[in-house]
Amino acid sequence: MTLTSLFTIAPLICLGAAAVLVMLLTAVRRTYTGAAVLSLIGLAAAFATLPLMARASSHQFFLLMLNGYSAFYAGLLLLAAAACVLLSISYVRKYRHNREEFFILMLLATLGAIVLAASNHFATFFLGLELLTVSLYALIAYPHLHQGHIEAAIKYLVPASVSSAFLLFGMALIYSYSGHMEIERIGRDLPAVQLHAGYRWMIAGLSMMVVGIGFKLAVAPFHLWAPDVYQGAPAPVTAFVSTVSKGAVVALLLRLFTPGGIQTATPMFIVFTIIAAVSMIAGNLLALLQNNVKRILAYSSIAHLGYILVAFLAGGPRAIDSVTFYLITYFIANLGCFGVITVLSSPGKEMESIDDYRGLSRRNPWLAGVFAVMVLSLAGLPLTAGFIGKFTLALAGVGAGLWTLVIILVLTSTIGLYYYLRILAALFVGAPEPKDMRPAPSFSFPDGIVLAILTFLLFWLGVMPAPIIAMIQTMVR
Amino acid sequence: MMLVWLIVIPAAGGLISWMVERINPAWPKYAALAAMAVDLILAIVLACKPASSNAIAVPWIPQFGIAIIFSSDGLSRLLVLLTAFLGLMAVASAWTEIDDRTGFFYFNLLLALAGVTGVFLSLDLFLFYFFWEVMLIPMYLLIAIWGHENRVYASTKFFLFTQASGLLMFVAILALYFLHGKSSGHYTFDYRLLLGTTLSPTAALLLMSGFLLAFLVKLPAVPFHSWLPDAHTEAPTAGSLILAGLLLKTGAYGILRFVLPLFASAVHHFAPIAMTLGVVSILYGALQAFGQTDLKRMIAYTSVSHMGFVLLGAFAWNRLALYGVVMQLLCHGISTGALFILVGGLQQRLHTRDIDRLGGLWSAMPRLGGAMMLFAMASLGLPGLGNFIGEFLVLLGVFQVSPVLSVLASIGLITSCVYSVWIVQRTIQGKNPKGWKPPDLSARETSIMAAMIVLIVWLGLFPQPVFTAVRPSMEWLQQMSKPAISPHRISGPAVQSSMPPEAVRKETP
Repeated sequence: MTLTSLFTIAPLICLGAAAVLVMLLTAVRRTYTGAAVLSLIGLAAAFATLPLMARASSHQFFLLMLNGYSAFYAGLLLLAAAACVLLSISYVRKYRHNREEFFILMLLATLGAIVLAASNHFATFFLGLELLTVSLYALIAYPHLHQGHIEAAIKYLVPASVSSAFLLFGMALIYSYSGHMEIERIGRDLPAVQLHAGYRWMIAGLSMMVVGIGFKLAVAPFHLWAPDVYQGAPAPVTAFVSTVSKGAVVALLLRLFTPGGIQTATPMFIVFTIIAAVSMIAGNLLALLQNNVKRILAYSSIAHLGYILVAFLAGGPRAIDSVTFYLITYFIANLGCFGVITVLSSPGKEMESIDDYRGLSRRNPWLAGVFAVMVLSLAGLPLTAGFIGKFTLALAGVGAGLWTLVIILVLTSTIGLYYYLRILAALFVGAPEPKDMRPAPSFSFPDGIVLAILTFLLFWLGVMPAPIIAMIQTMVR
Repeated sequence: MMLVWLIVIPAAGGLISWMVERINPAWPKYAALAAMAVDLILAIVLACKPASSNAIAVPWIPQFGIAIIFSSDGLSRLLVLLTAFLGLMAVASAWTEIDDRTGFFYFNLLLALAGVTGVFLSLDLFLFYFFWEVMLIPMYLLIAIWGHENRVYASTKFFLFTQASGLLMFVAILALYFLHGKSSGHYTFDYRLLLGTTLSPTAALLLMSGFLLAFLVKLPAVPFHSWLPDAHTEAPTAGSLILAGLLLKTGAYGILRFVLPLFASAVHHFAPIAMTLGVVSILYGALQAFGQTDLKRMIAYTSVSHMGFVLLGAFAWNRLALYGVVMQLLCHGISTGALFILVGGLQQRLHTRDIDRLGGLWSAMPRLGGAMMLFAMASLGLPGLGNFIGEFLVLLGVFQVSPVLSVLASIGLITSCVYSVWIVQRTIQGKNPKGWKPPDLSARETSIMAAMIVLIVWLGLFPQPVFTAVRPSMEWLQQMSKPAISPHRISGPAVQSSMPPEAVRKETP
């Protein structure tokens, strides 16, 4: 190992250093703004050093895979994390207790997510996953003076630990069969694994890994934690859980199955087909029953991960392009939705009932407008990024001949429209109760910037997606 | 470039309306009116230009073979003209009705109009679908925010019906894209290239069903019509006008532009079913119209009946029927649109649409009574007004294919007489039980009606310009039907030998 090879992991070093610096700063003198600014600088520095990671001469560094793919995903995760940090500045400020550590945890969780996305070995995979998950336990419970958050953290802690156990056991079984723990090699050998007695330990191991991965992605039937945690977590942390934490796992999943091709690995193909179908159906149907916006968004993101799996199952380069593009649109819309919720909420007092949003367009037309376009994007309507995203998914699915899944996608996303329309109707149609005619919620400068950028990106990707698609194709393939 | 302006001007006008509301709440309507006036002038200029002089093709998402292709033939130009005209009427009809969030109202109205225009001009299937969806959300909001009592239910139902069918069409578009790409090696959404795709009979039938379903829902044909009475009834006047006058036309346009040429052989197999659906729609819509007590709902059901003629004529697929379909599209847009404006005016004055509570209004409102009489007569197909030409040509064309269906469909002409006369008798004639004394049509409303009356009479007396305009497109469409034609079922030569009506024979070359 030389000094130059250290440069290739500069983004990771920047994030780690930033976390340590914020910690030292807080130890010396508690300054909220200082901690926030320092974390943002750390994230920015990590983003600025991404080209070093993308151009790494030897693709392997220790147990990490450093190339355009991991750099692209790291960039995506960093931007989403930065949005979460910016959104949480005014949210956490309202918390009357120690606040600075929130940013340390955010930085560590992001570091974990990037390690996970770039991992090429079960050791780094698990290391990244646990760094992410353990930070999230603390983040969800962070405003611990308020009861709901603690409850959500416990609900996250227990299933997450169980799924980690499954994951570890699965890794062990795979290791016992293959004799190594390198993700890329396992991926290359996957097509050989067929439904045959000789492969039973390998299949058992892979299935157990699917449990662990499925839990992280909150796809059905491993989704049960999601609505409770989405509801109970502080809004900016919910944004983080639904974007960064899932995006990192998607990046890994794609990489695991790309070298061999998911379509040839029959057992896994069947498993993921079922997961995708059940997620789309369950997510969209269960969301119909909810009256809580955060729970609706939880079920909607279960469904969205199901959509993503449709393109993932298509396999081949087209799958990578469309999953990546869709993930970007999903990130934008989810960050936007939870951004609006964050602006309206404060620790312990989340604005989550659909009735709270009735007539928001009269109290604050800008926030209502942003929320509306984000919801429209999740619903996949044109002019927004979600439309192009859904198009790329369907294109991949139809191209691979996955007719059943594509038809399920189409029909369930129509069902899904119903609950998106409920949110829209609440925003625009209902007049607020007289007691709700509170002064328009104001938003701070960072919130405004984040929401403005997200809205701009949403329309930009919806109208001019060609440059981003070209960028994905050059970097990720 | 002109075609782009036709879409950009309403969209930009809508944005401007929305913005100027902050300065002065009275301004949005003027901005919207100006935008639609400019749009109408452009549409007229376009209609007068020689054909195929202004197609546009710019790559949009080249990675997937998606381009921005706008082109206009006679059919598109007429429908764009109708869009601009009815758009102007819609803005004018909302003038005093809408007083809440006017800027946002006109933004949605004009965005929907831009979407409809885009549908009529796009020749790239992805772009077409894009605009097809663009018109939905503003339409949803128009109904949901400014509609009547049961508006959230109606708007949601409208949205789900159209979206579900639209998505199935989208899957069919993607399948066509891949089938064409695999056979030719060139992946593209360009309609002109996709026309040449060779499809297996099963694939053609499946793909056609995907497209047709979307268009049948939008048209609407029985049994996919149940969103329409709700949506039309609950929408504000301008919304009903756009729904009946334009959105239904996009379904018909889709059948003419995409279903017939792309899947010619499958269409021939499916034609008997589609034509039967058309006849069922004609009769069922009329029957339902009898039973309504809500005036708007009644007019909504007459739309189902009238659009049945369109479905019938399109699938008869011969010259007479196709000309009839185009006439029917234009005239139904104007006559039903006018009826909705009149009912909207009544509701604004009397706050009711209940037929039982109306009656005897002629003495108080002679201008409204006269206009309503005239458009009710247009709706029943009185000779001299445009609708007569449309329905008569469709029946004539269908007779050559299937006399039985033609006879059954002409029962629809009788039933339409009954409900049209009912509308007149029970609202403006007879006793005035409540003693209503509302003010008559204002100068603004009178000029809206005058413009629409002039058009419907002109179309009834001199339909020739319409036929001249669409002749190349219709002849081309007939060419498409030739190769797969089965002589004993749909008789191509019989069309030539039969006696064309006066209007068609005198075609200018």
